[in-house]
Amino acid sequence: MTSPRPIELVCPAGSLPALKTAIDHGADCVYLGFKDATNARNFSGLNFDDKAMAEGVRYAHDRGRKVLLTLNTYPQTDNWQRWTGAVDRAAAFGIDAVILADPGLMAYARKAHPGLRLHLSVQGSATSYDAINFYHEHFGISRAVLPRVLSLAQVEQVIANTPVEIEVFGFGGLCVMVEGRCALSAYATGESPNCDGACSPGKHVRWEQTPKGMETRLNGILIDRFADGERAGYPTLCKGRFEVNDETYYAIEEPTSLNTLELLPELARIGVRAIKIEGRQRSPAYVSQVTQVWRAAIDRVLAGPAEPFRVEPAWMAELNKVSEGQSHTLGAYYRPWK
Amino acid sequence: MKIPAFTLPAPLARLGAHLPQLPPTLALVGGLNLALDRVLPRDTLEPLTGKRLLLKVTDAGMALRFTLTPRGFRPLFDGRAPDLTISATTRDYLALALREEDPDTLFFSRRLLMEGETDLGLLVKNTLDAVDWDSLGTQLARFRLPLPTGLHTPAGGH
Ligand code: SF4
Repeated sequence: MTSPRPIELVCPAGSLPALKTAIDHGADCVYLGFKDATNARNFSGLNFDDKAMAEGVRYAHDRGRKVLLTLNTYPQTDNWQRWTGAVDRAAAFGIDAVILADPGLMAYARKAHPGLRLHLSVQGSATSYDAINFYHEHFGISRAVLPRVLSLAQVEQVIANTPVEIEVFGFGGLCVMVEGRCALSAYATGESPNCDGACSPGKHVRWEQTPKGMETRLNGILIDRFADGERAGYPTLCKGRFEVNDETYYAIEEPTSLNTLELLPELARIGVRAIKIEGRQRSPAYVSQVTQVWRAAIDRVLAGPAEPFRVEPAWMAELNKVSEGQSHTLGAYYRPWK
Repeated sequence: MKIPAFTLPAPLARLGAHLPQLPPTLALVGGLNLALDRVLPRDTLEPLTGKRLLLKVTDAGMALRFTLTPRGFRPLFDGRAPDLTISATTRDYLALALREEDPDTLFFSRRLLMEGETDLGLLVKNTLDAVDWDSLGTQLARFRLPLPTGLHTPAGGH
């Protein structure tokens, strides 16, 4: 058996305290965004202004960790400068890598900042090594974040056929569409996650406790109703309950969280370079809880055969506690029928 | 420090609902005003101006109504429909303030309810999350903010 390769733990930071918490609890990298539509978590009050960015980068670098900047939405012709400006600001802040989805922006970054490391965002939806190698040849992409639609065998095949480092999602909320190509939220709200940076923007979301239960509406459309005590999910259309052929159920996807903890030794064996934790919209408490569990698990895998890997029940309990919906899933990674 | 699970006994909620809500509202508003500009950035919170906010402490039977004006936070005395209502128990508010619980976690398990203008709620939550108590600790000591003591300990100190 080949020995496991070092795996980086990549943790979310929606604020400076979340960044510090992630670093303090063992994240190798944090990823974050500016306070605007240039990233896919464009929510009120979230993300980094210049002051927080400067301090965050300093805090991470002082401790030998990396800061990755998400710039993973798609610019339009009328706002192109805002996105290229964000690339320039990233370079000026000394960001370790920018996570991009738009090829035009990659070309710009390559030309304007040849020294800036580029990662391909999950929003770029590259699922084959041919696509990833294309980005590598043309824009010098160093790492690709794989969409959460591939089985483990497919991930292994990608890794075996590309010089690009591969990062996969390990934990957090799921997005069922081949990432970055979802029209559901835009259909209901008129705002596209890929251009405006938010699925189900807050101004369109309404919760209301009614005699029938807690109702969630997106731009007036009833997407779910939770009985008392029933676990709730995010107000996204994909996780709503709808009436189909006289039956009301989760017609697209159940609210559930991805949790690949038990696959960790496999992910290490096939050469996954980094594990990403979803959740820039979450608070420092979540970042602290999830980072601690994943740090401990990755350390155990990296310790090698001397310490056989086993998922601690306490780890699972901690992760289930913070999860969306009723359950967790291995997502597409585990598909025995493939 | 970890806050144990607790709910105040139901009779207290019934009693609390009949007590004047002004003293706790004044305490809350007073605390917020001390924090405004020092800890809470006024420009970020600007969208709250003139909005009717209601904080319900479900197990204590308390309903605290207030708003943000150009001169700071002020209590509200009438029962007009709020723009944003947040409901949770005493224990969960404390855990949120001490950053022991994540609001989304509480929401998923139905212990935190946000009704009305969700965007205002997100703004409040994210603005509070962004407060960097570590670097503010020393400044805060000077102002003696009426906040739970755990807030002054560095993150991860529990
Ligand atoms: S509606 Fe669901 S699938 Fe579509 S972007 Fe939002 S979370 Fe993803």
